[in-house]
Amino acid sequence: MPRLSLTRPAGISSEAHRRRFHAVVFTGPEEVLSAVRGLRGAGYDIANVHSPFPVHGLMEAMGVSESRIPWGTFVGGALGCTTAFVLQIWTHTTAWPLNIGGKSDLALPALVPVAFELTILFAAFATFFLLLGRAGLLPRFASGTPRLQPHLRVNDDRFVVLVAETDASFSRESFVAMCEELAPVEIIESWRVE
Amino acid sequence: MTATAIGAEQLVTGDPGYEQVTREIAAPLERKPAGAWWIAFCIAGSILTLGVGLVAYTILTGIGVWGLNRTVGWGFAITNFVFWVGIGHAGTLISAVLLLFRQRWRTSIARAAEAMTIFAVCCAGIFPIIHMGRPWLMFWMFPYPNTRGTLWVNFRSPLLWDIFAISTYLIVSLLFWYVGLIPDFATMRDRAAGWRRRLYSFLSLGWTGSVFSWKRYDITCLLLAGLATPLVLSVHTVVSFDFATSVIPGWHTTIFPPYFVTGAIFSGFAMVMTLLIITRKVLNLQAYITLRHLDNMAKILLTTGMIVGLAYTTELFMAWYSGNVYERFTFFNRAFGPYAWAYWVMFSCNVFVPQLFWFKKLRRHVPLLFVASLLVNVGMWFERFNIVVTSLHRDYLPSSWSMYAPSLVEVGILLGSFGLFFTGYLLFVRLAPVIAIHEVKHTLAEQKEEAHHA
Repeated sequence: MPRLSLTRPAGISSEAHRRRFHAVVFTGPEEVLSAVRGLRGAGYDIANVHSPFPVHGLMEAMGVSESRIPWGTFVGGALGCTTAFVLQIWTHTTAWPLNIGGKSDLALPALVPVAFELTILFAAFATFFLLLGRAGLLPRFASGTPRLQPHLRVNDDRFVVLVAETDASFSRESFVAMCEELAPVEIIESWRVE
Repeated sequence: MTATAIGAEQLVTGDPGYEQVTREIAAPLERKPAGAWWIAFCIAGSILTLGVGLVAYTILTGIGVWGLNRTVGWGFAITNFVFWVGIGHAGTLISAVLLLFRQRWRTSIARAAEAMTIFAVCCAGIFPIIHMGRPWLMFWMFPYPNTRGTLWVNFRSPLLWDIFAISTYLIVSLLFWYVGLIPDFATMRDRAAGWRRRLYSFLSLGWTGSVFSWKRYDITCLLLAGLATPLVLSVHTVVSFDFATSVIPGWHTTIFPPYFVTGAIFSGFAMVMTLLIITRKVLNLQAYITLRHLDNMAKILLTTGMIVGLAYTTELFMAWYSGNVYERFTFFNRAFGPYAWAYWVMFSCNVFVPQLFWFKKLRRHVPLLFVASLLVNVGMWFERFNIVVTSLHRDYLPSSWSMYAPSLVEVGILLGSFGLFFTGYLLFVRLAPVIAIHEVKHTLAEQKEEAHHA
């Protein structure tokens, strides 16, 4: 995973190994939304947006695709259901057939509750671990704000649009001029080491 | 109250900024605990210690130290089990079902209700385990290949279904709760210092509020809510099967699953009400947990209370209408037998008390709500006592009729479970934001947008 640091990292000299980013900081979701629309319309490359809560309509404005986690949930659920039925049927017909009041060994309705619970359990586990995996969330032993987070208050009251400098034709002056119109509270230059 | 929104009353009053929301909700975690917290914690901790001691005594001696006898084999332990599982229903109902129904007022009460659910389910889980008599062999309840001649569990037994239902419910509730906490842990991490910073850094899993995380986060919450909704309905259904699949009069009825589920929601909401009235006062969160929230919960108590009342009367009607003499006797015995007092405590607390909530003035009278919610808790405990004990104590054979009274050990263990519950809740209010900070901000943004459009 690429690292982002707010200061120029020491020991990185080759221009080829780093990209410059501009963190445009706002104070509300509406500003972020119009900034993303404006900047994208002007052809800027928006690498990421950080916010304290999900901003309505942002995914559409950024052209971000829908998450595919629901498929994983479905697969997890299907797996849970199958596991439960196979385990129960095998237990009661092959491994340990119990004669209870002469009832059939394969009493399917009695197997439904456990199958239902395991369906939910497996589906929930699949969903949870897919979230962690896909969003790159792992327990951290390092203390403090992750280096990838472009602003300290992004989980508090700041909304950050992270714009990447795509190539040499990127003009900082015209970018800053465009940003001024969007009335951000600040613009921070940052580097990502690749 | 400074309700300025058009149409509906505001869910967050006083129109705070995002930073203020963070600050106010984080405040109770960042200052040293108040004297009241320490007093409450010491009391809860002492009761918990008493409970642990009595559980140890029970395990070392055997369940002969309880008041059970050959006729009444299920007493306090099972009553408490069903009671606590019921309490555990409101959390997931508020966080999952109300999320799917887009009830935005759930936002500021969901987190505390979920925490309550988890501690209640933990309390519930203890009782069947200590009731086993040999709890150290508890793992025999799980299906796994073993050296006992490959002895397998009986999947056709409702008691086994219970194991699966309760453990699934506990795990899924924990996942849902934790997922909800991740962005808030990140908020706390960015503010905290010292060991708290380390703890929240670990728990927030490197959350940076990126749009790519939020998109997965949103869908995950929705999916977990979708999964938890049928789950919450299934848990008490399965608990009711423990009774309904038997042939004991008073238990063997098809009404049990919906009756249990509504009762669970009813008692759970009562407990949420009790806890939140204290929480909002002690942590100074009246702007977030508003009178409107209490009002809505009172309406739910009224509705579910009447459904429970309908179930009680349906049971009575069916006992008479079925013409089954045993069924008829059981219900006559419940209402007019030696345990009639328990029946009428249940009936009054659960059916009559909630009738107060027809009036808006009373739904917003906080001390009254507090007392009423306690009474409902008492009533719902007695409902389970009635179901468990009065159905058993006079069975088919009059020569084996008997009475049941709990021993001091059983009473102590019940108290101890309250100790566990409150100790857990008190630690929770010190370690995690009681209100979902990011969700409140989201609600606030929507509230502003609506006010803007209107």
